[in-house]
Amino acid sequence: MLRLPPLDYAAPSDLDEVVALLADEGSVLMAGGTDLVPNLKRRQYPGAARIVSLRRVPGVAGIDVADDGSVRIGALTTLAEVAADDRVPAVVREAAGLVASPQLRNRGTVGGNLCVDTRCHWLNIPETWRQAAEPCLKAGGEVCWVAPAKKWCWAVSSSDLAPVMVALEATVRLVGPDGVREVPAAELYRDDGMDHLAKRPAEVITEVVIPPLTGLRAGYRKLRRRGSIDFPILGVAAALRFVDGRCNDARIVLGAVASAPLRVTAAEELVVSEPWSEGLVERVAEAAGKAVRPMSNTDLTSRYRKRMVPVYVGRLLRDLGGYHE
Amino acid sequence: MEPVTLQINGATHRLFVAPHRTLLETLREDLGLTGTKHGCELGECGACTVLVDGTPTLSCLTLTVEASGSEIVTIEGIGTVAHPHPLQRAFAEFGAAQCGYCTPGMILTAKALLDHRARPGSDEIGEAIAGNMCRCTGYLPIIRAIAAAAEELP
Amino acid sequence: MRLDPHHGVVGTAAPRIDGLAQATGSLRYVDDLAFPGMLWGKILRSTQAHARVVSVDTRAAEAMPGVRAVLTGEDFPVAFGLLPVSQDEHALAIDKVRHVGEPVAAVAADDPDIAQRAVDAIEVVYEPLPAVTTMEEAAAMADEPIHGEGPRVNRHREVSLEFGDVDAGFDAAYHVREDVLFYQGNNHAALETHGAVGLLTDEGRLHVYSSTQVPHYLHRILAKVLEMPEGAIRVTACPTGGGFGGKTDVFSHELVAAKFALVTGRPTKIVLTREEVFYAHRGRHPVLMWIKTGFTEDGRITAMWLKTYVDGGAYGSYGAASLLYTGQLLPVTYDIPAYRFQGVRFFTNKPACGPKRGHGTPQGRFGLEVHLDKAAEDLALDPVAIRRRNLIEPHSLTVNHLRVTSCGLAECLDRVVDASGFRDRYGEMPPGRGLGLAVGAYLSGAGLPIYFNDMPQSEVMLKVDRGGGVTVYSMAADCGQGSTTMLATVVGEALGLDPTELTVVTADTDLTPIDLGSYSSRVTFMAGNAALEAALRLGDLILTAVADEWEVDPDRVELGRGVVVAGDRQMTWREAVQIAEARWGLLVATGSYKPPKDIKGDYRGAGVGPSPAYSYSACVAEVAVDADTGVVSVEKVWLAHDIGRSINPLMVQGQIEGSVHMALGEVLMEEQAFRGALHDGPSLLDYKIPTVLEMCDVESIIVESVDPEGPFGAKEVGQGPLLPVIPAVVNAVYDAVGVRIDEVPVRPDKVIAALRDRTRGGTGRYGPTSLPDYEFRPPLPVDPPGR
Repeated sequence: MLRLPPLDYAAPSDLDEVVALLADEGSVLMAGGTDLVPNLKRRQYPGAARIVSLRRVPGVAGIDVADDGSVRIGALTTLAEVAADDRVPAVVREAAGLVASPQLRNRGTVGGNLCVDTRCHWLNIPETWRQAAEPCLKAGGEVCWVAPAKKWCWAVSSSDLAPVMVALEATVRLVGPDGVREVPAAELYRDDGMDHLAKRPAEVITEVVIPPLTGLRAGYRKLRRRGSIDFPILGVAAALRFVDGRCNDARIVLGAVASAPLRVTAAEELVVSEPWSEGLVERVAEAAGKAVRPMSNTDLTSRYRKRMVPVYVGRLLRDLGGYHE
Repeated sequence: MEPVTLQINGATHRLFVAPHRTLLETLREDLGLTGTKHGCELGECGACTVLVDGTPTLSCLTLTVEASGSEIVTIEGIGTVAHPHPLQRAFAEFGAAQCGYCTPGMILTAKALLDHRARPGSDEIGEAIAGNMCRCTGYLPIIRAIAAAAEELP
Repeated sequence: MRLDPHHGVVGTAAPRIDGLAQATGSLRYVDDLAFPGMLWGKILRSTQAHARVVSVDTRAAEAMPGVRAVLTGEDFPVAFGLLPVSQDEHALAIDKVRHVGEPVAAVAADDPDIAQRAVDAIEVVYEPLPAVTTMEEAAAMADEPIHGEGPRVNRHREVSLEFGDVDAGFDAAYHVREDVLFYQGNNHAALETHGAVGLLTDEGRLHVYSSTQVPHYLHRILAKVLEMPEGAIRVTACPTGGGFGGKTDVFSHELVAAKFALVTGRPTKIVLTREEVFYAHRGRHPVLMWIKTGFTEDGRITAMWLKTYVDGGAYGSYGAASLLYTGQLLPVTYDIPAYRFQGVRFFTNKPACGPKRGHGTPQGRFGLEVHLDKAAEDLALDPVAIRRRNLIEPHSLTVNHLRVTSCGLAECLDRVVDASGFRDRYGEMPPGRGLGLAVGAYLSGAGLPIYFNDMPQSEVMLKVDRGGGVTVYSMAADCGQGSTTMLATVVGEALGLDPTELTVVTADTDLTPIDLGSYSSRVTFMAGNAALEAALRLGDLILTAVADEWEVDPDRVELGRGVVVAGDRQMTWREAVQIAEARWGLLVATGSYKPPKDIKGDYRGAGVGPSPAYSYSACVAEVAVDADTGVVSVEKVWLAHDIGRSINPLMVQGQIEGSVHMALGEVLMEEQAFRGALHDGPSLLDYKIPTVLEMCDVESIIVESVDPEGPFGAKEVGQGPLLPVIPAVVNAVYDAVGVRIDEVPVRPDKVIAALRDRTRGGTGRYGPTSLPDYEFRPPLPVDPPGR
């Protein structure tokens, strides 16, 4: 049986205490544990000494709708709860319902999914294997085995919710040693496989707030090998606003093609540049495909994943725009 | 190490557990509840599924200390050979178990479904068990058994 | 006594007799066992693909509190291997390691955390050697070969046979075509990982519990490696959480757990992690194949030449047999007048391959059935016609001297073609949808035992108690296939008893008579026949005693359901048993089964392929292919299987549906692939077993040809139904989108590559284009049987 290494554990009932403990070297934050526990069992975090659990902190779970129609989802809300709650926008419910498997959604949380560590098939592999390969950059070595020429980690952003939250211009609330701050979801991420979150280690996401989606058409599509369990090897989120047969506002965000959710601005600019048509959709999809360079670091080939970008973007845009094949 | 109080199959257990022990390890190795199986210990196969407050949960990813205060139900808690749960009887009758190794986790996942949905369709059953791998049956007899048990349950 | 089933036991869809034990979690698998004072064993595995082991320093591990013993290769000087011809393994590496994940040292400790820490503290110094990871590399001369002294080619075994005049057959052909295809390796991925517990009994004997399909072979190899008499060792095979051939070899952890028990005196358990299972492996061999066939204008085969290149990994295992199976069973479905079969198994620095469901035959079957589909198109024949024209006849001999008896292949073919509407729908479906057809055949048990001997391959003993209870003793190991229920059903049918009333004691070398193991789909045929013989003998004892009691002619006395009758007279089984025991003393009966001797040819290699009976299957698969994403969805599979006689239709259907599931995994997504010498993803996340959402509808059609030698006419069903599904899906992809994927698995990226190739004016084929540079020795000519 594969087991956790011996670790300390703390589950304060006070958020400030969680933040204080996280400031200690070797502390790792746990919400649902569905990402952290496998990574710890694979000995991916050799410095980890103590799990700090968010479970006992009151007020970080649950879903509320504000008067202005914005939806607040507490970080500790499970993905299953989000997927089943009618008050949550359909695109978020759908993306939450596509994460992993039913059991993992029962335990996995919104905050955890937003922070899910970047993944790479040179890293997320059990320990004997990683001892047989020289350690990669993220495992403390000197070389990235995906692209050895450059000292850079290309591990993949593997969250289903992240591209959706970026597309919806959601805001994330962070509580840290220096107080509370609210950042747009897009600014939570850095395109760096080693260090993909633009937050301090001691900062905790407590909630995500989705602004009212009035007039927005939004959707999410996920590519993976199996209909369950698997991480995305491509995610496409889009939020479009239409006026008189023309898209005048668009956010198109790709997941699992880089170390952060990737806004494809070239595609966004194109989509608002002329009246909606099948021809436009095709060109927008092509533009999105040109904007990405997936690496050979997750399931299926990088060439295939790149080719699927226009297919998936095109399909999603057709769904949202009312054009169908 | 702190004492943990666990409610398992209606009984209270108070025990000292190291914090890095998972619920899977505690159930199997400390409490002898070996009906809960394991195939990967990484949350990838579903064999270790137990019910925590009625919800299918992977015991391999759950720290024992985090299960305190919850109602835990394992396969031993829903029926016995002499008095099987309708799902257990249906799994046997429909050949839904071949090697039987995914069966406890599969049955508990199905139980949670049937606790909420009286007569699920086969697509709904499929969605519910999509995190439980079976290597023997091709899942078809499992779907038949769950549908049949649903008919039998009130 | 009557030999036809007439008690309504055989042929009835009934639950497994251990079904409720499984469903309630009370069935005890090996990791469910715990013993007082039990130690936890952990194996240190090689991080090198190919290296000399310079030193293994265990001092730090030994010094840790809670560590009770540490073992290294020096503790296991005796080599072993499952086949007598391949004694090339050690329980822990000596001198050299040959693949990443090979066991090097082991620790037994008071708890698993200590065992892990101690393993981490063992220092191994390696001197790396060049690693061979492809068959092309293996075919070249090596100064440091994986086995033996260099320079030499990393060849394990070669076969080169010719039955009849193949060149003349090609000369006479109207059409000849060649194809190159590749079948990727894959793992059994039984949900239960392997495990073993070793302990000493009160008498000081060694007792090993294991998740094994082959307790008898484990028993023999324990005795050999530990240098103990077999009588000092007891092996119990626990119910296994799936086998599929993955537990038919003997593994390091079994020998190490046993040795720990001997050196510490304490029970020791070792259960592998999922990662370790991928290194223990013994799964499907990757096979590259070249196939050339000549046809007459109307599609009759005139000659066939098959070359297979088999990537064996680092050890022999069952490989000498696996190699022969890649070609030897093809003539069991089709009447091939002349056949040249050349194959080579290479050693590479990867985990050893071995037998997985279908053992060596799915690869060649895939090659042939796809090849035939293309030939049919060349000849403007439909896929049914080209197969129908070449079907083997029942009660015939194949060109390579295999004896075919019952054969329901024609009926299987007709039934799936009719049920699927193949004739009307093939080639006529909308774009993106298609149908594919294929057939297959498999052994009902290997005709020869693994080690040469003239003793029975299966023996069953029955014992009756005064209450009328019957206990069946057999070493057959239930790996989920239901052999325990089969034994109860066969005995129950013969004696008119309900299978659930019988007690079945299995898979224990102290308690049960020999069965060679749960492999090669041998158990129903062989243990079933042994059980039937024992039951008939027991029945005779009882009928004779009752006839005497009633003073009637024994021929007039019969067994009913739970009763003995003669005309109007009747007594209960229990009364009859007591009369018989009074007459004969202890009521015990035995049965044995040994395959007939005349089922094989007389040439080197003839020992692999013969079986007392072959099962047959035919499959139509319906697929939907998304031409933009290359994703293949299998919508429905029609599968007809000639099982001879269905002992338990519920379990037969279960084997068919389960085979379809495993085949879908192999054809669409599963692969034991490598990045150099590193496994591509040794986890159940990266190794893609289909979930319920990838499973298709299955229409199972049971065909009963009633085999003249099978128990009540039964043959196998555990493996055969897998075979045709894989090529049927590949052929259906061609029908759907017009591209040939000559390589399994049919991943979406391959479909897209083939579609793009066609768009750019290419042939729309994806697959291998070259063969390793390897010269086969001239084929050994073997005269076909006189026809």
